[in-house]
Order: sequence, then structure tokens, then C-alpha cells
Amino acid sequence: MDLFIIITLIKLVIIAFVLLTAVAYLQWVERKVIAHIQVRPGPYRVGPHGLLQPLADVIKLITKEDLLPPYVNKPLYLFAPFIAVAMALLSIAVIPFGPIVRVDGYETYMQLTDLNIGVLFILAVSSMGVYGVALAGWASNNKYALLGGLRSSAQMISYELPLALAVASPLLVSNTLSLRDLEFAQKGGIWHWNILHGGQIIAFLIFLIAAFAETNRVPFDLPEAENELVAGFHVEYSSMKFASFFMAEYLNMVTVSAMATLLFLGGWDAPWPAEYGSNLGALLLNAAVPTVIFVIAGLTALYHGAHPAHKLDRYTLTAFGVIFLVLAAVFLVPIVQGWLLPLFWFCAKTGMILFAFIWIRGTLPRFRYDQLMGFAWKFLFPVAMLNLLVTSLVVAWVS
Amino acid sequence: MDVVLFLVFAIIAVVAAINVVVQTHPISSAVSLIGVMGSLAVLYLLLGAEFIAAAQVIVYAGAVMVLFIFVIMLLNAGAEIKRGRSIMVQLLGVPLLIAFLGLVAYFVERLFPKGVSVHFGEFTGPGDHALHGFGSAQAVGRALFTTYLLPFEVTSLLILIAILGAIVLARKELD
Repeated sequence: MDLFIIITLIKLVIIAFVLLTAVAYLQWVERKVIAHIQVRPGPYRVGPHGLLQPLADVIKLITKEDLLPPYVNKPLYLFAPFIAVAMALLSIAVIPFGPIVRVDGYETYMQLTDLNIGVLFILAVSSMGVYGVALAGWASNNKYALLGGLRSSAQMISYELPLALAVASPLLVSNTLSLRDLEFAQKGGIWHWNILHGGQIIAFLIFLIAAFAETNRVPFDLPEAENELVAGFHVEYSSMKFASFFMAEYLNMVTVSAMATLLFLGGWDAPWPAEYGSNLGALLLNAAVPTVIFVIAGLTALYHGAHPAHKLDRYTLTAFGVIFLVLAAVFLVPIVQGWLLPLFWFCAKTGMILFAFIWIRGTLPRFRYDQLMGFAWKFLFPVAMLNLLVTSLVVAWVS
Repeated sequence: MDVVLFLVFAIIAVVAAINVVVQTHPISSAVSLIGVMGSLAVLYLLLGAEFIAAAQVIVYAGAVMVLFIFVIMLLNAGAEIKRGRSIMVQLLGVPLLIAFLGLVAYFVERLFPKGVSVHFGEFTGPGDHALHGFGSAQAVGRALFTTYLLPFEVTSLLILIAILGAIVLARKELD
């Protein structure tokens, strides 16, 4: 066995495990955040503060009856959830999470594979993801599902154009298609990130709006508008097949947020030029933000543990407080800083965008369908085009 | 490894292509066609032409086939009804097909140069082969905007005219 294959397999297992756990807990975070926006506690019963809710959900979904409705187109009906999840998982393969890591003299990137057309690969895979929804809608042989599938395919085709145009302008600024090189091109603090350096803030906003539509999230979740379509394209699906559509949606959210981080927000870099040296000042400066955040989180948890609202909180919150404080201390260790800090910044930026996804779901109502299409074609597309034109003119002028 | 992947995806491409014709329902045919496009992209990737592979998936498997499926779904086209074939078709169909394929194979063998062959990964592989870097985005872009500038621009104009024509035709129907 080649060492390369072994290391790739290890990375594969780690990434798959972390990603799927993150997706499960993203749903918990979403329910919690929306609950707090609507002034209710959210999941609270299973585990401390509902932390074991994702596990309970998974067990529930697996053990439910897997119904195969009559009159469906069987092969396509079974194939659709598979393609939705497969395409959602596939695109994470080219996303880099951090810099080079040295383990016992062996160097490897925190990334499964670096294609020199990484951005195009993600666009291609996401354009294949449309089939999961469209075929599910058609194969279900149900009018609501069909309408949901039709809406989704039309919506995804329409929003893919502004999305691709918005992606193209930071690519012009950084002059590469590889996601890793894209990150290297933005080194040197917040002023070198594409969102500020190339003046790509418009492209960033277009990208985010189009990403909401591509992932079928509120305010563009018309494929599954409950009050008109029951549940849209997945109305006939049950058990794990239903869950796989949800998983695909959340996986796509993670991918799109990671894409936005890499394209516009400087990837895994801190907002200031960071050098991971043994110098004490640099050490403290680099670790400042994560340490402070975790110390605050730990102290808050300890305080609430000391004044518990529930009996169990006395133990669970104290435990969490200690864990957070230990994490805060870990960021100060010089050896792990080199890979832990980039990972922190990457997760922080991606997490912020994911939080925006949830926030907007808790805030905005749904668009009407004609408004949605009109917005894509009459506003977003021309603006993206104009932005691309201006960017290319500026890039040509400067170089 | 390359050969195994090539064989797997070449077989998928051929089987899916046959499936396009054999299937009676338009959606099944369209899905098979996506399979053909996807496996072709993998074959391009095996040659090292990464950009072409991505373009193949984005344009054909993604955009074009989504429109096909969209239209089929909108029209709600039912399964094709098989009519009884005439005796001539049943008797001569397969032999004629074999004869045609044999002829094609013969002419391909005769007309195309023999000495030149392309290897796996050649379009990006190391070395200063003439095809080196041919499949990259840079090379394709440069070719499009220098050597093939006129055809490229004319094609885009043609597509614009086609889009306008489609809109004009569709509008007439609406009134």
C-alpha cells in the first residue's frame, strides 16, 4: 500500500465523519437559533439543551417505515435521493480547509484533492445536483411533487447564471481556478481578501443571494413551499430517503458557505497578516480571538452551571465550561497553532455564513414565484454581468 | 488504474447510449443520455483535459440535459407506444446495423493516421509533448481568443439570433 493512499483514506474518513456530524448539528443549531428568534427554547428534552436531538432524529428516521408508494417510477424514484446526496458529498472533495500539515516528516494538505479547475468542478457538481430534485419530483407521480420539482429545476437553472458570473469576478482578480491557489492569492490580512481588495463586495452579495436560491433556502424555498405544495418534491418520500434530501440540502449549505469563504473571505487566513512563529507576541496575537471567544464561552457556561435553571445543568454546563476553557488553552500551544488556527478561521468564517442562512430563514418571508424569477433575470443577472464587466476592465487596466 | 477506469466508463457510456435508444419513456432516455455525457467527461478527465471535462459536465450534462428533462416534465410526455414492426425490419435490421458498423470501423482504420496515439493524462502530463497543457483552462481560453476568435464570436452571435428567434416564435403563440 502506498503511503499516499493510506493518508488519503485517513483524510477521507476524517472529513466524512466531521462533515456528517457537522451537518447533523447544523440542523440542531438551526432549530435552536430559529427557536430563540421566535422566543421559544427549541429542542430541550433529549440530552442537555437538546444536544442529543440530532441522534434521536437519525434513529427516528432510520427506524421509520420505508414506504414505496404505488405508481411511482421505481428506478428513478430510488435513484433521485442517491444522486442528491452523492453530488452534495462530492463537491466537498476539492475544498481545502487549511494549509499544509506535517505529520512525522510527511506533508499533506488539509484537502482531499486539489484540482486546478476546482471552482469549475464545484459548479459542475452542483449543476448535476438539480437532477436529484427534478427527478424526485417527476418520479413521485404526484402533482405537488411534480410542481415542486419543476419549480426547483427552473429556479436552479436561473440562479446558476448569476452564481457563475459572481464566481467569475474573484477568479479574474486572483487569476486562478484552483481553490488552494485562490486562498494563496488572498494572503496578507483583510485588505487582501477578494471582498475588499478586488472590490468584490457586490459579487459576494450576488453569490450569497444566488446561493440561497441554489440550496432552496428561505426566502427562495419555493420547491417545498408547504402551504401551496404540501412539501414539494419530497412529499412522497419517507424514512432515510426523505432524510437524504435534507442531508443534501445541509451539505450544499456547507459547501456553498465554504466556497464563499474561499472565494471572497480569504479562506483560512486570519483578518491580519499572521506568522506562526515561536515569538511570544505573535503567539498571543494569533491566538487572541479564538482564546478570548472560548474563554468567554467557558466562563458563561460555568456561570450558568453555578446558577442552573435545571437540575442537570449544574453538571452539563460545568462540563462544557471546562471543555471550552481547555480549548482556549489549546490555542496557545505553539505546535498546534500552525494547523489549529487556520482551521478555526475557516470554520469561523464558514460558520458565520451558515449562521446568516439560518438568521435569514428566521427573518424573511417567502418570495412569490414570478417575483423570484423576475428577480433572477431582470435584476441579479444584469448586475452580475455588469460587475463582471467592470472587474475585467479593471483587471485588464491594472495588469 | 487508468485502463480499468477507462474500461469501466467506456462500457457505461456505450451501455447508456444503447439505453437511450432502447428505453420507451423519454425521461429514462434523457437520464441515460446524462450517463453518456457524464462518462464522456470522465474519459476527458482520464486524458488529462480537466477543463474540457468540467465544461462537458456543466454545459451538456448540466445545462442542456436539465432543459431536456424540464421540457419532458412540462409536456408530461408519456411512454412511447411500440408498434408492430414489419418483417423487413425484423429480418434486415441487425445484419444491416452490423454491416454499417463494420464499414465505419473500416473507414476509421483507413483514413486516420496510425502512428499518432494519445496516452492517458497526456494533455496535462509532464514533458514537452506537443499536447502538453492543451486541456487546461488557460490553453483553451487562449485558443478561443486568438486562433479561433472569429468563429467564437460568430457562434455567440448565432446563439443570440437563435435565442431571439425562439422568443419571437414563442410570443406569436401567446397572442
